Amino acid sequence: MNDNLANEPARVAAMYRTMLVIRAFEEAAGENFFAGNVRGSVHQYIGEEAIAVGICENLRDDDYLTSNHRGHGHSIAKGAHPRAMMLELFGKAGGTSNGKGGSMHIADFSVGMLGANGVIADGCTISVGAAQALRLRGKDSIVVNFIGDGGINRGPFMEALNWAKIYNLPVLFVCENNQIAASTTTRLVTAGEGIAARALSFDVPAVTIDGNDLFEVDRTAARVVSEIRGGSGPQLIQAMTYRLRGHFAHDPAGYRDPAEVDAALEYEPMGRVEAWLRDNGMNDADIAQLQDEVKAEIDGYVADALNAPWPDASLAFTDVQDVGAPHAGEAAL
Amino acid sequence: MSEMTYAEAARLALREEMQRDPLVWALGEDLGYEGGMAGQYKGLQAEFGEDRIVDTPISESTIMGAAVGAALAGTRPIAEMRFSDFAMCAVDELVNQAAKARYMFGGQGRVPMVARMPIGIRGGIAAQHSQSPEAWYTHVPGLVVVTPSTPANNRGLLKASIRCDDPVVYMEHKGLWGLKGEVDESDDTETALGVAEKVRAGDDLTIVSWSAQVGVALEAADLLAGDGISAEVIDLRTLWPWDRDAVMASAARTGKLLVVHEAVRVGGFGGEIAAEVAEELGIPVARLGGERIPIPFSVPLEEAYKIKADRIAARAREMLA
Repeated sequence: MNDNLANEPARVAAMYRTMLVIRAFEEAAGENFFAGNVRGSVHQYIGEEAIAVGICENLRDDDYLTSNHRGHGHSIAKGAHPRAMMLELFGKAGGTSNGKGGSMHIADFSVGMLGANGVIADGCTISVGAAQALRLRGKDSIVVNFIGDGGINRGPFMEALNWAKIYNLPVLFVCENNQIAASTTTRLVTAGEGIAARALSFDVPAVTIDGNDLFEVDRTAARVVSEIRGGSGPQLIQAMTYRLRGHFAHDPAGYRDPAEVDAALEYEPMGRVEAWLRDNGMNDADIAQLQDEVKAEIDGYVADALNAPWPDASLAFTDVQDVGAPHAGEAAL
Repeated sequence: MSEMTYAEAARLALREEMQRDPLVWALGEDLGYEGGMAGQYKGLQAEFGEDRIVDTPISESTIMGAAVGAALAGTRPIAEMRFSDFAMCAVDELVNQAAKARYMFGGQGRVPMVARMPIGIRGGIAAQHSQSPEAWYTHVPGLVVVTPSTPANNRGLLKASIRCDDPVVYMEHKGLWGLKGEVDESDDTETALGVAEKVRAGDDLTIVSWSAQVGVALEAADLLAGDGISAEVIDLRTLWPWDRDAVMASAARTGKLLVVHEAVRVGGFGGEIAAEVAEELGIPVARLGGERIPIPFSVPLEEAYKIKADRIAARAREMLA
């Protein structure tokens, strides 16, 4: 946490605003999925916003981040522009990937966001390699890898923990434990004590925190990021959270008790930050104004995305490779 | 000119590229003390340090995945997989990540890495150490696929692959490690990717091959010459992109095409070349490749798998009959 307590309300308000942007972005993504404007899959981050925001608050632009299929929140928190992201979800020209990637391949290399990823746990191995590249280039940046609880049963997670440790790499693994892997309760398919224990077994320091508490995430990230930047080697943060929506927008999540979701609402992250802000100088009107402002901002991006042109079809054939590049209509030769 | 082996030529190329560019590095199993399976990394860890010739655990997924991350983060890694058979443990990282990162992120990133995975029969290492899966990777958009056949082109093609901004699947042939040939050490140029080499001129038919099978095709051409048949032999050197112009020009002139490879014939890359030539030129085409069986262990069984010079010559005579 920032030592300058006088600035603290403004800093928290800024983090809260980013959380609001993520929440509004995800609500809009879902609505536009059902309206038929967004195709494919939309994995919403609703209920998990405090983790991305609290972690990224403690990162620099030149730190790298790798993500997973639920990557919108990570991207926004790292500084990707939600307008370009919305255009990407709509498959429109001007999207982060010009419509070539969509929701599961959101990326913004200009802020070190090396990509969401459609393959569970593949960000783990990419992260350790990016950290080796930083070392070769003589940089003091670090790499943060967001992984879900479902990813910890894949080999790349365990390989990457071992790898990061033996080379003492500046990697922070953040496991967002929302307790359900798609529709499967993670603890039913996970042997042993779980995520933190697996990290500790590789001698990778691990801490379990309340991921719905922005302040605990921020405080933990401030310490751990500083230690990693100082040469501690890899560490893992297990952030406990709860996915308030289905695995993706069109998942009604019938595999869990609605009472469980109702109970979780009490601990969801937004309200907890709002309570702090009320205790620290903001009133309900201030908060409502901020919410309206963000809602209007995101609505504007949705309107932009609706009105934006489609990418030219010729773009389907670019950015494949330089040597042996395809050309339009090759298959019809 | 100096004489060196295929493995020594590869080591020379890597050493030159590492001296030229401090962002070139290699990672894989047994590169330091052992110096790689054939000595192709010998002495390089002592020269360049443990951060640039990195001995790794047996973690194929992470060797490949880390190379992807390191390439996206501005370096030029060489992921040594030892055997193309073991690289199958890392097909996800190669196919889903390396090959697609540039495209799915709309051109924001590049993946200038070399996935080095030797192919082929070395003799007596059987089904899980002898395969030739090069055709698999030609099917994957985003990848370049290279199959050097001589010491000289192993040096030049490896240099080109390291300098390439695309991910390159670099498939040396294990049976060629000890092959000797002349290499001009003073010539520091790369061998262009995607350019075939006419290794024997002829008029009666075109034989296209690559990797170790080129040597066998040349033996076959000698046999055919004894019958008064003049075979042109083309070494593709790069499978993707393959040198369509060179193959078409030769096949159009000779009027017959025979493609020969060590890999299994069914679904092999010979089918692609034969089909393209037949569609474009309408001339007779034929393919020779391995039976669709795992590579066996025992000498007579392994020999039974191989496509020998006499079989190539016999097929050529049939085409000309």
